[in-house]
Amino acid sequence: MKKIIKSFDHWKAWLYLLPAIVLLLIFTGWPIINTIRIAFLEGYDPMKEVGGETFRIGFQNFEKVVTYKRFLECLKTTMILCFTTVPLSTMLALLIAVCLNSIGPLKRFLQTIFFMPYVTNSIAIGMVFAAMFNIVGNASGITTIQNAGIVNNVLQFLTGNKDFYINWINAGSTYTHNIIVMIIYIVWHALPFKILILLGGLQSVNKQYYEAAKVDGTSRFRTFWRITVPLLSPMIAYVVITGFIGGFKEYSSIVGIFGDTMGPAGNAKALNTMVGYIYDALAGQAGRASAAALILFGIILVVTLINLWVSKKKVHY
Amino acid sequence: MAEKSRKLISEKNMRTETQKAKVGSVIAKIVTYLFLVIMAIIVIFPFYWMIISSLKTLDEYRLPVPTFWPKFFDWDNYAEAFQAAKLLTYFKNTVIVGLVSTILSLVVTVLSAFAFARLEFKGKNLLFGALLGTMMIPGELFTITNYATVNAFGWMKTYTVLIVPFLVSVFYIYLLRQNFLQIPNELYLAAKVDGTRDFKYLWKVMIPLSMPTLISITILKMMGAWNSYIWPRLVANDEAHALITYGLRNSFSDTSGMTDYPVQMAAVAVVSLPLFLVFVFLRKYIMKGVSRSGIKG
Repeated sequence: MKKIIKSFDHWKAWLYLLPAIVLLLIFTGWPIINTIRIAFLEGYDPMKEVGGETFRIGFQNFEKVVTYKRFLECLKTTMILCFTTVPLSTMLALLIAVCLNSIGPLKRFLQTIFFMPYVTNSIAIGMVFAAMFNIVGNASGITTIQNAGIVNNVLQFLTGNKDFYINWINAGSTYTHNIIVMIIYIVWHALPFKILILLGGLQSVNKQYYEAAKVDGTSRFRTFWRITVPLLSPMIAYVVITGFIGGFKEYSSIVGIFGDTMGPAGNAKALNTMVGYIYDALAGQAGRASAAALILFGIILVVTLINLWVSKKKVHY
Repeated sequence: MAEKSRKLISEKNMRTETQKAKVGSVIAKIVTYLFLVIMAIIVIFPFYWMIISSLKTLDEYRLPVPTFWPKFFDWDNYAEAFQAAKLLTYFKNTVIVGLVSTILSLVVTVLSAFAFARLEFKGKNLLFGALLGTMMIPGELFTITNYATVNAFGWMKTYTVLIVPFLVSVFYIYLLRQNFLQIPNELYLAAKVDGTRDFKYLWKVMIPLSMPTLISITILKMMGAWNSYIWPRLVANDEAHALITYGLRNSFSDTSGMTDYPVQMAAVAVVSLPLFLVFVFLRKYIMKGVSRSGIKG
C-alpha cells in the first residue's frame, strides 16, 4: 500500500511543483546564471548578442566598476549609512526595549506607538520627512524663505535665535547635512522591527537572573551589561545581521526623501547608493550592473560571515 | 557598649541605604518614562505632522511660526491631491495587480508547500535546500536579467510584468510548508485509505488548518504591491499601469521647496491610510510573519 502511494507520489509531486518550478527557473534560476555570465563578458550588449556577436571573457566589467568614480561615491555613501544607522538603531532599540520591558502602566500603549513605523511605506513617509526638513519657499538657493520648516523651527526655538536655520536638503545643501537627514530617517524606520525582536527576547528571559542580581545589590548599569546584553545576544546578533543586509541595499529611503534624482536639487546622484548604481546601469550597461551586483552580493556575504563569526564568539548560548 | 552602638549605626545605615534605593528607583522610573515618552513623541511626530499639514491651507503652512493645529480644516487639499496625482488610477492598478498576484501566488504556494510537506519524491531535500539558498541572494541580482527577460517577452508596460515575475516566493513556500508539517501525517494517510482525493484533502483539511499563515501571506503580498517602487519604476512607468507608490513619488518630483506641501501631504496620507488600517486591525498576522522571517519593512 505504502509503496503504491510512493510511486504514485513521485510524478504527482512534480506536477504540483510544476508552476513554481517553471517560474523559478525563468525568474530566479536563469538570472543567477545569466548575471554571472554577463558580468564576465567584456563590452556586453544584449542587442549585439542577438546579432550573433560574441564577447571576450574577462574581468573588464569589474575593473571598470571599481575604478569608476561614481561607483566609489555610491559605495562610500552606502558604507557611511550602513555603519552609522545599524549601531545607532540597534542601541536605541535595545534601550527602548529594556525600558518598555521594565514598566507597568502604559506599556501596551507605548509598545503600539513604537511599532507604528513598521507598517509604513518608506517612500511616502520619506516625503513627510522631506517636508519636515525642507525650507519652504526656498527656490534654488535664492533666499525667499517663508518658513524654515518644522525641524528648523524647533532648532530656532531651542537656540533662541529666530533667524537660525540649516539647509538640510534644499539646493546647495552639503553632503554632511544630507547624510544626517538620511541617518535620522533610516534609524526612525529601522526601530520598530528591532524593538519587536528585542522585546520578544526580553520577555522570554528568565526573571530569576534579575532577582538574583537584585538580592546581590548589583547596580542597574551592571545588570544591563552583565545580564541583559549577554542573554539577549542571539537577538542582538540577529537584528545586527539583518540590519547590515538591509543597510547595504539602501535605496528607497533615499528616493523617499530626495526623489529618484537621489540628491538635492542641482546635485543629482549626490546620495546614490550601490543599489541605485545597479539600477542606473541596468538598461544600458548590463555588464557593469551585473558586476556591481556580484560585488554587492560579495560584500553582503563577507559582512554576514564576519557578523556570524563575531557572534559565535560573543553570543552566550 | 561599643559593640551595641556600632550595631545601631550599621542598622541606621541600612535604613538610609534602603531609603536611598527607594528614591533611586523612583528617579529611575521617572527617567525611564520620560525617555520613553520623548522617544514615542519623536516616533509619532511625522504621522501627526503629515495629517495636520494635509489639512492646512498653503498660506497657513507657510507661516513663519508654524501652527500645531490647523486654524481651519481645508479638506480641498484631498480633492486636489486626487487630481494632481491621479491617485484613483494608481489605486485601481494597484488593487488589480495586488489581487491577481495574491490569488495566483496563493495557488502556487499551496501546491508547492503541499508537495514539500506531504509527498515523497527523489531529490526533495536537495531541491528544497536549493530554493532556500536562493533567499540569500540580493534581489538586485535577479532584476538585471529579469529586466532583459520581460523586455524580450514584450511585457513592458503591462499588468503581466508586475504580476508574473514575483509570483513564486520561496519564503512563503517555506512558511506554509512549516505549517503543513505541523498537521499530523496520520490525517493524510487516513484520508488516503478512505480514498479521499488529494485536492479534497488539501481543500478540506490542510487549508482550513493553516488559515492564519495564508492570511499572513495575503496581507504581505497585498502590502508588497502597495509599497513596491523599484520594479514598477523600471518596467511599468506609464500612467495606465503605474502602481500607487511609484505614482505618488513621480507626481511630486519637485523637491525645491516651492511645492504645495499640504496637497502633497494629503496624497501621502491617502496612500498611508490603508497601511494604517492594516496595522490597527491585522497587526498580529504581520507580526507572525515578521518574527519568523526577519524581513525588514
